Amino acid sequence: MLILHCPYCGVMADETELAPGGEAHLRRAGPESSDEEFMAYLFERENPRGVHFERWRHALGCGKWFHAARDTATLEVFGTYPAQVTEPPEALLETIREKRPGWQWRDLK
Amino acid sequence: MKRYSAFAIVREAFRQHTGWPRAWASPEPRERYDVIIVGAGGHGLATAYYLGRNFGITNVAVLEKGWLGGGNTGRNTTIIRSNYLQDASAAIYEKARSLYETLSQELNFNLMFSPRGVMMLAQTEHEVRGYRRTAEANALQGVETEFIGRERVKELCPIINIEGPRYPVLGALWQPRGGTARHDAVAWGYARACSDMGMHIIQRCEVTGIRTEGGRVTGVSTTRGDIGCNKLGIVVAGHSGVLAQMAGFRLPIESVALQAMVSEPVKPCMDVVVMANTVHGYMSQSDKGEMVIGGGADGFNNYTQRGSFHHIEETVRALCETFPIISRLKMLRQWGGIVDMTGDRSPIISKTPVENIFINCGWGTGGFKAIPGSGWAMAELMVKGESPLAAEFGLNRFREGRFIDESVAAGVAH
Ligand SMILES: Cc1cc2nc3c(=O)[nH]c(=O)nc-3n(C[C@H](O)[C@H](O)[C@H](O)COP(=O)(O)OP(=O)(O)OC[C@H]3O[C@@H](n4cnc5c(N)ncnc54)[C@H](O)[C@@H]3O)c2cc1C
Ligand SMILES: [Zn+2]
Repeated sequence: MLILHCPYCGVMADETELAPGGEAHLRRAGPESSDEEFMAYLFERENPRGVHFERWRHALGCGKWFHAARDTATLEVFGTYPAQVTEPPEALLETIREKRPGWQWRDLK
Repeated sequence: MKRYSAFAIVREAFRQHTGWPRAWASPEPRERYDVIIVGAGGHGLATAYYLGRNFGITNVAVLEKGWLGGGNTGRNTTIIRSNYLQDASAAIYEKARSLYETLSQELNFNLMFSPRGVMMLAQTEHEVRGYRRTAEANALQGVETEFIGRERVKELCPIINIEGPRYPVLGALWQPRGGTARHDAVAWGYARACSDMGMHIIQRCEVTGIRTEGGRVTGVSTTRGDIGCNKLGIVVAGHSGVLAQMAGFRLPIESVALQAMVSEPVKPCMDVVVMANTVHGYMSQSDKGEMVIGGGADGFNNYTQRGSFHHIEETVRALCETFPIISRLKMLRQWGGIVDMTGDRSPIISKTPVENIFINCGWGTGGFKAIPGSGWAMAELMVKGESPLAAEFGLNRFREGRFIDESVAAGVAH
């Protein structure tokens, strides 16, 4: 079972307490955006086989949204971090670089 | 190809079964093919088959990283039906269902197509209204389906508890010519026919890169060397995003795990397929007597072919409520497959941003039933650049907002 550490209430939460919220760090397309940009924002996804960043909600716990970094090919969890950021913390990226040399996700390496 | 027949069985019985030839060849890859199909699941093999059958194109290779039919095609619960809501879906699913009717004869391979009838239970007022609407739509589309009352449900499947404590059965959408088929046999039957036409089916050959020149495909890199091609068809279900990345474009697809399980074999106790979308589970009985059970998909990206345990728990709970008789059945096996989900729960059969690369994916939790129709349309698209059956399923629908919303019709994952 997937177990994630909730960065708000500190609980090691089981999957059954959590609600998945899809890909992280999507930037909303504004009113002046093109059809392509809207399509990319609404539908296109990284969907990587490997390192991935996602949104999760501690639905049956404190109720808060947070972020998680996982490997979709091994189910290893690299760590979790708060929701109020636009990219993952440097320390977490460093951990991933150590464990998965050469990884890439959008512009992150 | 040596034909399979009753006579052949008798003949072989007299010589210790020494005369059965291999069903398909295992050739070394050539340097170049007219068409390469990536993925030897049902959809990839059917595409290759109809390229040969309908268009006479046989310089074709189907490349498979694992073994033939080892993806979702060999992991699904084999429900076949065509009573979807939107016209575009009804057309391609009904094309597929009608091809299934005679496919065993055509391929000379027993696919065990069993049109035993598929029933989708209505257990809320909302579902009753939804299915009545689907039945009306299907009447206009020429798809044979019918909304039936709860007494008829009980008559067709006596082991259902129609007085369920949470959700009593109110009726059902019934497609009498829906049913099941043997999943492996569909892959094997197509593979044998393709091999017979001289096509190459190359297993344990993973595509690791896609080569292009001036925005046009020139070939692929594989674990068995570089292979050139004029046209490339990507038909890899859950791995579509990985292949799209190699070709340099993104897809409106998310890959998640979907699970199924079978019980120990028991005596015949149900001869229809039953889907219960509100409580989220479905069940049929295989010819061996096992109860074949499926349920919900996980909500997060996953490539491990292993799903979450709580989904199994939910499915089993739902089915014990619907079929109290199974509450003490032992389960034999459980497994998962990686399904490719689109936002509108409809597939993609499309050209791509790279010239001469075509993609067929997004069948998600319900593409087994579509294999013959999908292969038919994909082959036509690859040869002519367009296909009436595939017209609505292009990638551009996500830009233009022309969704083919089947999230209600698809209901439970199947
Ligand atoms: C548990 C479960 C139950 C289901 N139940 C039903 C049902 O009842 N009815 C129904 O209609 N549908 C059902 N489905 C859906 C159905 O199984 C799929 O939609 C369908 O089988 C997809 O076929 P495919 O040929 O596109 O993909 P697959 O059969 O998955 O074939 C794709 C192939 O591509 C290969 N591949 C991937 N990457 C590469 C690469 N880089 N190089 C070479 N080869 C590669 C894979 O190894 C695989 O063999 C179910 C699915 C699951 C998982
Ligand atoms: Zn919490």
